[in-house]
Amino acid sequence: MSIVQLPIAKAITAGLRDAMRADEHVLIMGEDVGVLGGVFRVTDGLHAEFGSQRVVDTPLAEAGIVGTAVGLAFRGYRPVVEIQFDGFVFPAYNQITTQVAKMHYRTGGRVRMPLVIRIPHGGGIGAVEHHSESPEALFAHTAGLRILAPSTAHDAYWMTRQAIETDDPVIMLEPKRRYWMKGDVDTDHRPELSPWQAAVVRPGTDLTLLAWGPSVPLALEAAASAAQEDVSVEVIDARSLSPIDVPTIADSVRRTGRLLIVHEAPVLGGLGGEIAARITEECFYHLEAPVLRVGGFHTPYPPARTEHAYLPDLDRVMDGVDRLLAH
Amino acid sequence: MIQLLSADGTRTPHEEFDEVLEAGGLATPERLRGYYRDMVMIRAADLEATSLQRQGQLGLWASALGQEAAQIGAGHAARTQDYLVPTYREHGIAWARGIEPWRLLEMFRGISHGGWDPHELRTHPYMIVLGAQAPHAVGYGMGLQRDGAVGTGDLERDTAVLALFGDGASSEGEVAESFTFAASFEAPVVFYSQNNQWAISVPTSVQTRVPLAQRSRGWGIPSVRVDGNDVLAVLGAVRSGLDSARAGEGPRFIESLTYRMAAHTTSDDASRYRPGSEEEEWAEKDPILRLRRHLAGLDEIDEAYVATCEEEAHDLAMQLHHHIHGMKDPDPMIVFDNVYSEPHPIVDAEREAYVQYLSQFEDEEAGR
Repeated sequence: MSIVQLPIAKAITAGLRDAMRADEHVLIMGEDVGVLGGVFRVTDGLHAEFGSQRVVDTPLAEAGIVGTAVGLAFRGYRPVVEIQFDGFVFPAYNQITTQVAKMHYRTGGRVRMPLVIRIPHGGGIGAVEHHSESPEALFAHTAGLRILAPSTAHDAYWMTRQAIETDDPVIMLEPKRRYWMKGDVDTDHRPELSPWQAAVVRPGTDLTLLAWGPSVPLALEAAASAAQEDVSVEVIDARSLSPIDVPTIADSVRRTGRLLIVHEAPVLGGLGGEIAARITEECFYHLEAPVLRVGGFHTPYPPARTEHAYLPDLDRVMDGVDRLLAH
Repeated sequence: MIQLLSADGTRTPHEEFDEVLEAGGLATPERLRGYYRDMVMIRAADLEATSLQRQGQLGLWASALGQEAAQIGAGHAARTQDYLVPTYREHGIAWARGIEPWRLLEMFRGISHGGWDPHELRTHPYMIVLGAQAPHAVGYGMGLQRDGAVGTGDLERDTAVLALFGDGASSEGEVAESFTFAASFEAPVVFYSQNNQWAISVPTSVQTRVPLAQRSRGWGIPSVRVDGNDVLAVLGAVRSGLDSARAGEGPRFIESLTYRMAAHTTSDDASRYRPGSEEEEWAEKDPILRLRRHLAGLDEIDEAYVATCEEEAHDLAMQLHHHIHGMKDPDPMIVFDNVYSEPHPIVDAEREAYVQYLSQFEDEEAGR
């Protein structure tokens, strides 16, 4: 069995299972991750296979979950922590930013923090408040953390494995509304592409469209739509948000002269702004138009019946494409 | 409040703690003299550090003056294999764990964020974010449980964790969450709170309306309140707590009632919020004086020993003084070191750009 078709959620389950089989120091911790298998069933079956010492249903306290994971890492464990929803990471924000991110630095490299913090993120599932957010910029701003945002089942499997193997703390932003999107997963062959690099997922010549996580399928849809109007859009999946792979993006923009960035997080202070600044600095004389961003508004995440207005959709992305090409 | 040594040095028996002290050989005259010496040494180092701050050699110093028994006692109650998780005012704990005082100065001088190897010395880094270390202690304990290092009956191998925090930090949510995790998983952790009466300017009465020791009982965590200026009560409580935790009997909580004789830090002015008479009152309960009185009552200390301790303490202060004058500022390029354990292109590019930036000035210098 080399290639299997799996939904993203099950690819992550497979990644967790294989990592736990490979290294007995890998532990799963979080709310409802045990018998229930997590509210999204990502840890389904792991409690049955590995027991409650390795798949730990914790008290309902995010700072406690991440804080005890830090202590376990000190003791040589590699905890994989599940935060149930993006909006519930904030009680653990202190532990993540003041402890997890800084422990290696604080101890002069004497102590490593091989933690993985899994966060189902993003909107589009019709949820109540705090269940649809995209907090990546807050973590990308914090030195010491790494962030991965898979958009395919294959990446979801391998990034889970690689995040666990990495000695630095990694935040895994899982695209919750794509959890049941299927894709081919080759569990036998390690990808040649580093998890910290972006991937050109559709080549093109007129414009570069950068997206990550749940926005990648949208970007591909936009590229297909643009192709019908003879506009050739190159789509890049950022994959890693910290570090962000600027060379791959810059390479593309030098060829296309135009960059559109799509993300669900608010545009103001979002990662798109940082990427736009870096691309402007590196590709100034190649740019035919200003870098544009399509994303969430400077509002709290809205009630579900209005989220279609907040989230980038095909029309708003195509509007961005048109505005870029008008230059 | 459990007290084995009153302020005048009178010894009161305590069945449980005396048994523990006896079993561990922790209260022999030789040991008592050792604690006395330790307390004198660490107080001298503390006073010297305050003086070094006044001389501009340290950016800040957080004095532990008055808390010597609460720390030397707890530090020596721990067995070698135990893991200690301190705050930033734990100089007596550090001393008892064999961390040289000059290493503590590194962070207060600003040449590093911490000066020792937590694995080697089995002592967590000093924690500045109040209470944030408490869940680390519990997680470490959960790791010990998984390693089979708890409850085997081997006192020299079974391991427990001592989680230290103050009365102020006891209000932090992470401390409450730590109680929950420790209680639910029966983690081998002793929570040890030095109630030194003041969280900077705010008295303990604002943190808790009941004795702090009662705080943990809602979690089902047994607790005791001991006189933190009584080295024997502290030793008995902490050794008893750690041994029970290592035996697999779950967490304990100890409130150690003491007094922060100095201001919060060298940046603080305690006269703005507490009367000098309070400090005088506590000076009478001084932990060092108390142990000396007790030893004198036993006829186990003489002037020569006291004088030797004072000489050694003076030498230690001088060593610190010389050491700090020899401490070089680190190369600014260390700013970029150890942010990550694996290569990171953004940090690498920023390091490289900074090197380039600096090199222009080298060229200018060379051109002159």
